[in-house]
Amino acid sequence: MSKYLLRRVLIMIPVLAGISLVLFTVLALAPGDPFEELATNPNVPPEVRANLRHQFGLDDPIPIRYARWFTSMLKGDWGFSFVSRINVGTLIMQRLPTTLWVLGLAQSLGLLVALPVGIYAALRPYSLFDQIATTFAFVGFSLPTFFTGILFILFFSIYLDWLPFIYRADIGATGWRWYWENARQALMPVAVLGLAQGASMTRFVRSAMLEVTRLDYINTARAKGLTEKVTILKHAVRNALIPVVTLVALQIPGIFTGAVITEQIFRVPGIGSLLITSILANDTPVIMAITFVFSCLVVLFSLVADLLYGWLDPRISFR
Amino acid sequence: MTPPNGVASEAVSPAVARARVRGTTSMRSEAWRRFRKHRLASVGAAILVVMVIAVVAGPFVYRVPIDEIDFKAKLKAPSWAHPLGTDDLGQDLLARMLYGGRISLAVGVVAMLIAITAGTMIGAIAGQMGGSVDHVLMRFTDLFLSLPQLPLLLLLAYLFRDALKKALGPEMGVFMLMVVVIGGLRWMPVARLVRAQFLSLREKEFVEAARGLGAAPLRQVIRHILPNAVGPVIVAATIDVAAAILAESSLSFLGLGFPPDIPTWGRILFDAKDNLDFAPHWAIFPGTAIFLTVLSINYIGDGLRDALDPRKVLS
Repeated sequence: MSKYLLRRVLIMIPVLAGISLVLFTVLALAPGDPFEELATNPNVPPEVRANLRHQFGLDDPIPIRYARWFTSMLKGDWGFSFVSRINVGTLIMQRLPTTLWVLGLAQSLGLLVALPVGIYAALRPYSLFDQIATTFAFVGFSLPTFFTGILFILFFSIYLDWLPFIYRADIGATGWRWYWENARQALMPVAVLGLAQGASMTRFVRSAMLEVTRLDYINTARAKGLTEKVTILKHAVRNALIPVVTLVALQIPGIFTGAVITEQIFRVPGIGSLLITSILANDTPVIMAITFVFSCLVVLFSLVADLLYGWLDPRISFR
Repeated sequence: MTPPNGVASEAVSPAVARARVRGTTSMRSEAWRRFRKHRLASVGAAILVVMVIAVVAGPFVYRVPIDEIDFKAKLKAPSWAHPLGTDDLGQDLLARMLYGGRISLAVGVVAMLIAITAGTMIGAIAGQMGGSVDHVLMRFTDLFLSLPQLPLLLLLAYLFRDALKKALGPEMGVFMLMVVVIGGLRWMPVARLVRAQFLSLREKEFVEAARGLGAAPLRQVIRHILPNAVGPVIVAATIDVAAAILAESSLSFLGLGFPPDIPTWGRILFDAKDNLDFAPHWAIFPGTAIFLTVLSINYIGDGLRDALDPRKVLS
């Protein structure tokens, strides 16, 4: 097991190198120049600009710049933000926990909705419950997160006035009240993201369950007198989850899309909204670092999915 | 049930051209019959047709300019003068949505075409050549699949926008940027799909027969393998249109897509989102348009999946 884990982690290195190469190529091919602002600023003489370019190594050949960038990324030196003049690493570390919290909670909410609904619907195919559940899943999966977010704000914040629609990082309360305020403001972003996830996961769970419950070994389990609960939960669900894990793992890059949009709508101070502000402010080091962090998260989560596989399906041997 | 001629034509199609022609037409009408059986897919198709007619013909019938500023009528709720209300500059929302819808739908279709063309070609080359070419192309596909889509879309839109605007003009530049970037990040599932189809079809008897009769590899691919791989690709293409429309709307919604003078549905939502408390209609109409389009297309894809899968038995 630990050997497999080690090998799997080692595979991540070329993948990350590949991703970083794509990112760097994109940046190198792009027509913009990070020192463009200095060029238009009359107070900066051209020699100073040339010196700065030289000092930052912008005149070196692209492969050398790439090697330098990648090694310093690995060493944890991510440079300085052009705009806020602080270390990019610090900036991202301030924002990352919020994003991971919102994503984690949303993913859990999605699973909490998808597993019971999908399983129950598949056990009674074409019943009224199944039809309602599939319709809702289909609608939920076609609803773009930015529109659900707007509808939630319209209904819960403006019409009912129950929930705040701007996420605040600095709540001036302590103790229980702090938790309460935080839960209230996290509710809508988590719900928007979680329900979107839950809708597509429900579809996966339902179809995987439908496949599995038709198989002979389920009949065998029933015939040897196992209770319905054990048959479904221990024999059917565990096997049905294997394809579900694959599909969810394939969706991981898409989850970050939802995260960026929800953070932007509800002004959640995570790395998604930091990415948008950095793009609007031409803050190249931060943009590159965040895109790279997102890529790392994608690769990391697919590792988690692979490990989940082994736990769900002992037939997959960790060689 | 599949009629016997539909099944038979698949097996003998390479050898008997006449039967093939007759076979495909009956397969097509069979697929159409199956598609109509899927009630929600038919409703979706009807809604989509109405939408397309509205955005194509609408601006000729409803001749209100999209950029007529009228501060006396700003942020008005729907009325007879402005059926969908107005925005903060008093511009008519119906006119803007009809015009913007054209671009939203066009981005969806063109980006889909790019993704499908690239995906089919890469998948076909990988599946047909096999060996190290296949290996390299598939690792390349895996690499693209693990890229975070939206951040990369944002990065590309940010980096290349100004250069393209300069080269092709503001409207065409942003349009080209959107379709190339969105299509360029969506070909991977198609490539995998086509490759898997090729790997199984390549070993089928009818391809072997064609090979035995001396068909060149290119002819094998174009005449025999591709036509049989087209079903799942059509379904993927349908879903891709919806995904591309969503991607464009997301980019525009984040303020990094089309500029304000090209009011795609996502862009209208972006402008509307800060006025939700006093002009909810401004956000609800474009949002509903995106949602309905995507929902219809997804249902059509669902219906096509049933219709184009000959193994699936429908009563």
